[in-house]
Amino acid sequence: MPSHLEFARSFQIALNADQLPVGAQADDASEIAQRFNVYRNNVAYGLAQALSRQFPATERLVGEECFAGMAKIFIEQSPPRSPILTDWGIEFPQFLAGLGSLSSLPYLPDVARIEWARSRAYHAADAKPVDATQLNTLAQHHRLHLHSSVQILTLATPAGSIWASQQPDGPAPPSPESWRPETVMIARRGLANVITQVISPQTGVFIRQLLALQTLATACTQAGPELDLTKALVLLIQNELISDIT
Amino acid sequence: MLPAKTGLGFKPEHFPAVIETKPDLGFFEVHAENYMNAGGMPHAMLERLRVDYAISVHGVGLSIGGPDPMDEAHLARLKTLCDRYQPESFSEHLAWASHGGTWMHDLLPLPYTTETLRIVCDHIDRLQEVLGRKILLENPATYLTFTQSDIPETAFLTEIAQRTGCGLLLDVNNVFVSCVNHRTDPRAYLAAFPMQAVGEIHLAGHHSEELPSGPLLIDSHGKRVSEPVWTLYGEIVSKFGPLPSLVEWDNDVPDFVTLMAEAHRAARILEDTRHALAS
Repeated sequence: MPSHLEFARSFQIALNADQLPVGAQADDASEIAQRFNVYRNNVAYGLAQALSRQFPATERLVGEECFAGMAKIFIEQSPPRSPILTDWGIEFPQFLAGLGSLSSLPYLPDVARIEWARSRAYHAADAKPVDATQLNTLAQHHRLHLHSSVQILTLATPAGSIWASQQPDGPAPPSPESWRPETVMIARRGLANVITQVISPQTGVFIRQLLALQTLATACTQAGPELDLTKALVLLIQNELISDIT
Repeated sequence: MLPAKTGLGFKPEHFPAVIETKPDLGFFEVHAENYMNAGGMPHAMLERLRVDYAISVHGVGLSIGGPDPMDEAHLARLKTLCDRYQPESFSEHLAWASHGGTWMHDLLPLPYTTETLRIVCDHIDRLQEVLGRKILLENPATYLTFTQSDIPETAFLTEIAQRTGCGLLLDVNNVFVSCVNHRTDPRAYLAAFPMQAVGEIHLAGHHSEELPSGPLLIDSHGKRVSEPVWTLYGEIVSKFGPLPSLVEWDNDVPDFVTLMAEAHRAARILEDTRHALAS
């Protein structure tokens, strides 16, 4: 009799191969493969659905059929390692970048990066924003602790604008002649409002410095003279992203 | 313990309707793995739900029936979740879903042998030790059997409950699906089921395909509970009394009113049973 380990191994291999798990039986032996297909379909469909939930705009950009084909390959190459499926997919943008067939969509991996960051932001730990009165006494030596959902992406493509164009009532996508690199801030305001905002490169540097817990003075210096400090602070304050000041 | 009333599987899209109408339900059930991230809306909803209702946490991630050792990191996450929400019940499945570090995201079947009985019992012992509570184990819906199985499923579950002290979650739809698929009698299955260990009942809908030898039922959780399953459910509660009873609807999720209609039907059956027992 096969050990349970041998059985499980054979079952796992059979999910992706033209064979059956050891010992599989049915009243009518000719039906075993059809019955086993229920498991094959459940596994493939469940994982493809999970990937589609993480990367909806990416799916819209390539179409359902193309996405399903890519998902199939990705699932084989980088299957989930844990039962928490929202933790799965960090390798998907890089996987897309490696697909030669997608070279006409150079922004696609960046759109997937945005969607991964949005998923992280949606599930990030809660933190109360600082009281507005605390902001009145901000000084150069202060360090701003930002909400753990805040992420800055520096992208070689206008993926932020393209992502926005895929949302309900979104703006038209930028025309190819106006394409330029974009810096995008992703964060969560309150419990559920995930923000995806194109920001200036200087604001991006500034927020990155704050995330590294540099002082306001250092963050401003690193961002350079073109930083619009007021605008950057208003962005963080209005979205309730400053959770402490030290 | 869950109250012997009807419950519903919680769907986030129903949250506003639940808070607004505060329906007369005994409990809500949530999938453990959907509440293992740090923060945000999922936890906010569950915290709010917890104020008004008993909670059943239903895990799909432990792979209790697999050959690998229990995933200690996942056990720790479960412990954190149960410590935080103090659910009235925690349940898992007689199935496996991961092997060699790969998660397959389906409840896969296992052969019933002396070896797998030992493995499953060891896993449940470890789980109950970590959580510091008794769990409920759910009978599976299956599409295949295995030549190496030499213990009937009901005897397998009976033995698990005896050895580990765990309770059982009787999924009536799974009983019907498996018995139709294996051309056996669901009433014979239920007659052999250790009812004294049952702490909860599950009801759900299934889909049907046709094989040359007859129907193949798929445990889809994607439609109303079928009439034969309602009949079996009525027979069970009239014989063994009211039990916590959950309606699951996880795919093609309908609006809350439709879901409540299913819950009401289960509640009426429980109520009729109470009246019959009282008279």
